[in-house]
Amino acid sequence: MWPALVTWLTTSAHWQGANGVPVRILEHLQYTGLSMLFALAIGLPVGALVGHTGRGGVLVVGVANGLRALPSLGLLTIVVLGLGLGLAPPIAALTVLAVPPLLAGTYAGIRAVDPAVVDAARGMGMREWEILLKVEVPNAMPLIFGGIRSATLQVVATATIAADVALGGLGRYVIDGLAQLDYAQMLAGALLVAVLAIVVDLVLVGVQRLVVSPGLAESGVSRRRATSRRTRNAAVSVTRGN
Amino acid sequence: MIAWLNDHWDLVFSLSGQHLYLALVPVVIGFVLAVPLGWLATRSGALRATIFYVFGFIYSIPSLALLVVLPVLLGTQILDPINLMAALTIYTVALLVRSVVDALSSVPWEVRTAATAMGFRPLRRFFSVELPMSIPVLVAGLRVAAVSSISLVSVGALLGVGGLGNLFNDGFHRNFIGEIVIGVVASLILALVTDAVLVLIGRLSTPWTRVG
Amino acid sequence: MIEFQAVTKQYPDGTIAVRELDLTIEAGKITVFVGPSGCGKTTSLRMINRMIDASSGHILIDGADIMRSDPPVLRRGIGYVIQHAGLFPHRTVLDNVATVPVLTGVGRRAARARAAELLEIVGLPAGLARRYPAQLSGGQQQRVGVARALAADPPVLLMDEPFSAVDPIVREGLQEELLRLQADLAKTIVFVTHDIDEAIKLGDKVAVMRTGGVLAQFDEPAALLGRPSDDFVASFVGRDRGYRALGFLAATGLTLGELSLVELGGTVADARKALVGGWAVAVDEQRHAIGWLSSARLDTVDGAATVTPDLLISGGSLYQVDSDVGTTAGSLRNALDAALSSPAALGIAVDATGAVIGSVTADDVVRALAKARTAGEVPT
Repeated sequence: MWPALVTWLTTSAHWQGANGVPVRILEHLQYTGLSMLFALAIGLPVGALVGHTGRGGVLVVGVANGLRALPSLGLLTIVVLGLGLGLAPPIAALTVLAVPPLLAGTYAGIRAVDPAVVDAARGMGMREWEILLKVEVPNAMPLIFGGIRSATLQVVATATIAADVALGGLGRYVIDGLAQLDYAQMLAGALLVAVLAIVVDLVLVGVQRLVVSPGLAESGVSRRRATSRRTRNAAVSVTRGN
Repeated sequence: MIAWLNDHWDLVFSLSGQHLYLALVPVVIGFVLAVPLGWLATRSGALRATIFYVFGFIYSIPSLALLVVLPVLLGTQILDPINLMAALTIYTVALLVRSVVDALSSVPWEVRTAATAMGFRPLRRFFSVELPMSIPVLVAGLRVAAVSSISLVSVGALLGVGGLGNLFNDGFHRNFIGEIVIGVVASLILALVTDAVLVLIGRLSTPWTRVG
Repeated sequence: MIEFQAVTKQYPDGTIAVRELDLTIEAGKITVFVGPSGCGKTTSLRMINRMIDASSGHILIDGADIMRSDPPVLRRGIGYVIQHAGLFPHRTVLDNVATVPVLTGVGRRAARARAAELLEIVGLPAGLARRYPAQLSGGQQQRVGVARALAADPPVLLMDEPFSAVDPIVREGLQEELLRLQADLAKTIVFVTHDIDEAIKLGDKVAVMRTGGVLAQFDEPAALLGRPSDDFVASFVGRDRGYRALGFLAATGLTLGELSLVELGGTVADARKALVGGWAVAVDEQRHAIGWLSSARLDTVDGAATVTPDLLISGGSLYQVDSDVGTTAGSLRNALDAALSSPAALGIAVDATGAVIGSVTADDVVRALAKARTAGEVPT
């Protein structure tokens, strides 16, 4: 099998044109970027607000857990059959799948901030929006990033499946290869998707290192407290729908 | 949709059974594998880092990609259900190793020390003290793993084995949305019921968490 | 000055946390709220900076009703220190301290310069400025908490059980540090604790509160120990209160006795001759006491031998005649403890430099107490 794969990957025709690897990668990144943009615009503010006020937390956790049970292939096919072909319906479906981990991560992150720290912030005279933006969000960053990474992986994976409902991206090779009984093409597509997912995740880890305050690096007492809290939130912070 | 359902109860039931089997056998196997791995990870920092790194890596591979690659690694046919179950087992282990580590670290240090001081050997202490005390956190992890696994099975439909996912494929190609909706609802019900059963098992096995 | 006028806090479920509290907190003094849990002491404190709003009554700071101020603006003018400090984990120590000045619009550079000064004032090495809170010990975190509260130079400081989460030795250091700071800064400090000893040590005035949010007694510490208003206060103030009350009586009426001093390096025979009543104090060149010499011990050695440190018996506490801020030094309690803890039943009295100047006995202290009573200095 490997020789056929190597042959596929080294065939220059597979790297050119509308069905070439670079184009498919760009398509894949475009779907991921667009869906994440929409999902971030929804998930971050809602999660932060619910986390700060504490109101609607049960609903957020419920929705996040409920949506995790939703089969993504089912959602994709329904959306495409209901709304028609084109870019918008699958992007909408990907957004729906990306929101829960973002929402859950942000919510859990904000809730996990030490209440004494929030109390001190308020006692020093910070206004509510200042408490949220200057204290809660920076301290929630590790868990927020956990949510962003989960959501991104989810979207990269589901975008692959979306090839089944006539979307482009690297999933095309898998779906087309299956239809043409061309296993080398399928395998090449699968490997490219896996590499893409891992690279994207690594990039996010790099960004996380830059964005998260070194004071939140896991060490000493604060780490033990943080871990026990994270454990309680485990049910909402890790997700994989795909 | 209702008419279709009335004609196809048998199909929906048998697909649901298949779906549950495909989803939950990997969860059980994955759990059995994750416990010793998680225990190993609590033994040393280097081991923990390695295990987390490897499984974090595997976990980030999209399911469809894993499904396509596994036959080459396992020497199976591309349409063999083993591929799907192997993939789900791998994801379950990846997810549960973290839960097991969290769960074991949630056992208070005093309790572990007291057990050691009373003369428990490490293995005995693990099974009669640490593992029971980790049940609440373990169950939380298992719930996530089971629900994810149930929703993931459908992806297998693209490669011929997907339980209720077959309804999505079939409905899509026949342009019949009702069939897909029924498949989605059935899948959601399976996830919900499994989740409820796990919660119940967790409660029944930890009577001490409900007193005082 | 902070005034509580018939302040009541009732929660929606009907619980009354604070009932009809009338209290005047003097400016520039430390006022301590103390009582068992559920007595409303923390609620009372938190009503001052509107972290909690009173259900009825008024709280005035320098005559102005706090309900007329915008809470965040009010809070920026009041320092706030809590248990575990509540430092921001994501900011460096320096930026934590600079928080309020930055909030009030001071430039970041100026705020940091001020923060660095404050770290020095609370006794933290400058090297800690760039660290994050997780890298500090509990005591250090609490000092940063105090520095952060002082950063905008607020006239009022609210401290909610600030030292209760650190171990006893560190706590004592922090308490003395606070008294030292207060001697310089003269802030209006409201301090909440459940520890009566801490209340008595720190408070210029102490408000003892009982469960249900009722003020039981509001008095100076000496008066609290000397004449508790009822059984609740008496039992809350606790045992040894007669002894602890001695800490508030200056030992000025005490006449020091003689003490035989011996320097190391002479012969044992000479040392034996110097003993008075079988005891002498060994001192160094600065006349600092380094231990006791007893006849029982010296008789076990040859008279021609030299007096060496291994012949010394360690002594008790020292009675420091000159009073010092934040300690019970110079009090009858200090004198009595020196006498009681000495192996010779003689307390060693020292001056401010630590040089031995005489002795004191328990009898001397009791006589001085009797004299103070007849002179009306003891609250009864």
